[in-house]
Amino acid sequence: MASITIDNVQKAFGKVIAVDQLNLDIKDGEFFTFLGPSGCGKTTTLRMIAGFYYPTKGVVRFNEKDMTRVPPEKRNTGMVFQNYALFPHMTVFENVAFGLKVRKVSSTEIKARVENILSKVRLDQYADRQVSQLSGGQQQRVALARALVIEPEILLLDEPLSNLDAKLRDEMREEILRLKNEFGITTIYVTHDQAEALSMSDRIAVFNFGVCHQVGTPLEIYNEPANDFVARFIGEINLLPVTIKKTDDRHIYAEVSFGPEKKELLVHNDPFNHKPGHDGPLSISIRPEAIKILLKPEEGANILSGKIEEVQFFGSHLYMEINIGGQLLKANVLNNVRTTTLEEGDDIYVQLPENLLRIIPNVSGDAS
Amino acid sequence: MIKNRDTRFTILLLIPVLLVLVAYVLYPSIRTLLESLKQDGSFTISNYHEFFSQESRTNLQALWNSVYISLLSVLLSALIGIPLAFIFNRYDFPGRSFFSTAAIMPIVLPSLVGVMAFMFLYGESGLVPNAIKDLFGLEKVPFKIGGISGILIVHAYTMYVYFYMTVSSAINKIDPSLEEAAYNLGANRFKVFWKVTFPLLTPAIVAASLLVFMISMASFSAPFLLAGGFRVLSLQIYFSKINGDMEIAATQSVILSVVSISFLLFMRWYQNRKDYRMASKGIGAHRSEVSNPVLKWLLVCVGVIGVIILLLPHFTILLLSLVPDGTWTWQTYPTVFNTENYRLLFEDPNIFKPLRNSLVMSVIATAGNLVFGVLASYVLVKRRFVGKNFVDILVMIPWALPATVIGMNLVFAFNEPSVFSFGQILVGTFWILPLAYFVRHIPLVVRSTNAVLEQLDDSIEEASRSLGAKWFYTFRRVLLPIIMPGVLSGTLLAFVESVGEFPTSVLLYTISNRPISIEIMNQLRMFNMGQAAAYGMIQIGLIALVLFISNKFFGVKAERSLS
Repeated sequence: MASITIDNVQKAFGKVIAVDQLNLDIKDGEFFTFLGPSGCGKTTTLRMIAGFYYPTKGVVRFNEKDMTRVPPEKRNTGMVFQNYALFPHMTVFENVAFGLKVRKVSSTEIKARVENILSKVRLDQYADRQVSQLSGGQQQRVALARALVIEPEILLLDEPLSNLDAKLRDEMREEILRLKNEFGITTIYVTHDQAEALSMSDRIAVFNFGVCHQVGTPLEIYNEPANDFVARFIGEINLLPVTIKKTDDRHIYAEVSFGPEKKELLVHNDPFNHKPGHDGPLSISIRPEAIKILLKPEEGANILSGKIEEVQFFGSHLYMEINIGGQLLKANVLNNVRTTTLEEGDDIYVQLPENLLRIIPNVSGDAS
Repeated sequence: MIKNRDTRFTILLLIPVLLVLVAYVLYPSIRTLLESLKQDGSFTISNYHEFFSQESRTNLQALWNSVYISLLSVLLSALIGIPLAFIFNRYDFPGRSFFSTAAIMPIVLPSLVGVMAFMFLYGESGLVPNAIKDLFGLEKVPFKIGGISGILIVHAYTMYVYFYMTVSSAINKIDPSLEEAAYNLGANRFKVFWKVTFPLLTPAIVAASLLVFMISMASFSAPFLLAGGFRVLSLQIYFSKINGDMEIAATQSVILSVVSISFLLFMRWYQNRKDYRMASKGIGAHRSEVSNPVLKWLLVCVGVIGVIILLLPHFTILLLSLVPDGTWTWQTYPTVFNTENYRLLFEDPNIFKPLRNSLVMSVIATAGNLVFGVLASYVLVKRRFVGKNFVDILVMIPWALPATVIGMNLVFAFNEPSVFSFGQILVGTFWILPLAYFVRHIPLVVRSTNAVLEQLDDSIEEASRSLGAKWFYTFRRVLLPIIMPGVLSGTLLAFVESVGEFPTSVLLYTISNRPISIEIMNQLRMFNMGQAAAYGMIQIGLIALVLFISNKFFGVKAERSLS
């Protein structure tokens, strides 16, 4: 087991900079996820940890030991590849035994350890099969067993579930979590699937265009996205351009454009709602489930009138798009008898709770 | 000191590859070029001037003949190969799969043996014309092949296979839903064929045309045995060399090379220009059953006749190999048949020697091809370095160059001591022929290895490294076992081609290491058809065996690597 430090790392391929100014501290035994759209630099970072790429600048440390230029075979990392990379000419047993054979482990011990790990991934019946005879999920488990059997200090998973269908994906997610709890190995998990990242990780690093935008627990990432990119990438969110008119002890007075109309909204003056210090464009954000739907006008702040443009029924909740002065807001409402009567074309009121509105930097340069 | 460990290692692997390519491919070509620029010891372009001047009509005539024969060969091969590909891949009728296998049979015939078979079948005293003469009581034989017609018929017979194979594979790659979409949009059969199917096949047809053109420009055996007084450029090189006009031979070689290489470059450019790769996966077979009984049995009849024509040469060689020496002299048809020739082949050391020579030299050359091919292919496919294109082109040069030119290149490079031959003169020694076979088959082995290595995902190698295996262990225990079937099938093919190799052999052999092909020629000169045919049968047997092994054990369609 090991902690990993990535210290001011840059990786350039020719003129293209794939990863820039990256600093990460991954703790011993942590399940850490690199999340981002394709081409964001997450796999490049993983491969620098595995040793397949060497950073152009910066240092990679395992347990404070400099590993920047150590070749992959000397790092003692276990890696699961996106396409599994099982050796097609070997059986399941031989695939899993490979790393132990390389380490010159005695054949009796190899047998014991391979059988043990195969039973842990529930493949003990399949030891003598050729890997081509296995299903996708089984191949996935062989790849996991092969990476785990060498008792690596770090387990690297490169989009391991992306080639599986939805049902298998759920099963394997459970499996990986179970193994993580059982072995407690420092695990780095690369994915572009935010649901996977949120449900599995201890902490998440969100990447885009080679830059890490935010590191935090799933709760922090979802509830307190650092900027509009993170907010938009994780879950659904409403983002509107905003200018801060004035602030006092309790409130920020924000001017938000709803179509041609400008409206003033009250936002709590609290570090959760706004961290000052960014001098670029700002966006105001609110999650669809935070919006309160009112059937008639009430007393209170941030109450706006609008018309329901679209309603979709999802069973547990209703998703609706509400037109406020030409600007569409997304709202989710839990299914209960009172709200299920809402229909397209209904005039309603919404309240944007001042403690849940957040003002965050706009880094995408994208207005809406 | 190069910082990156990986880069350093790539360079380490690259050094031997480059060394071999420079020493045995590039340097010999340059020597030929230099030789062509020499006259009486001084540098001049007067050799070229003479080549193109009106006084030396023979050279220009030979160049024109080569081009003209090649164009006609392309046309004839296309006219046979493309319709066959359509019939066998689009329609289902009894015996279809047998016929489609038989259609590639000309490949099993080494070029020299094939030409020999055609001479016996359709030549002046050939079996077919004489049989027709006797059957109808004619005065003279009704037809005979020789000169241009002979060369063209042999070319069409051997080269239509390239059209057949490339077009077949293109047809099978067409997603049936494309044509169905066209029908659905209201196009009729005729429209669908000309607006959808045919345009999708053009890349394959163009590629096959260029290939056949190049092979035909380089063709040596057919003109050598059938041309009579007719001159083609590849043959002229041989005559110039025999007459000792080395500078002329060099000039002719350069001109033939320029034509061939420009075609190679044109082909690469064309293939990179258009990419019709199908986006959809899981393409099923798309054959329609022929339901009209008249048409169905007509197709079967045509198929049967076609197979007979295709296999007649093989059968003729088999038949002749059973005719003992001296029993077929004045008779129209042979009368005595036994296995005397085969017995002599294995009992008479003099007759066995050429076979042994060929096998020994081919084993040496092929072992070289195997080691070099795997190394070169690994570096080319799996490593990144500057100048990869250059190495790629060096590898392909022996494929683009006609065999005669490769032979001449080696003559010019190694008829004097050089660093690359460790200070020895190689011409006139045993080693020059294995070297020639090696050079000839570099592209074949590298390309067949490339094909399997490209299939292999990089992550396989990375997985092994991350599990703690060093590069060499990974290479030995992971990469090699996976790619071996593909590599071996390419290598075996190189082996049988080496055994049958004629053009370089005839330029470079010595009496003591004369290979089978030379001995076949000698036996033909002595009118000892039976023995020549027995040698031929050995080669046919070897090739058939290799194709069988490749298909059966390696699951590789080895004949694909030929094109």
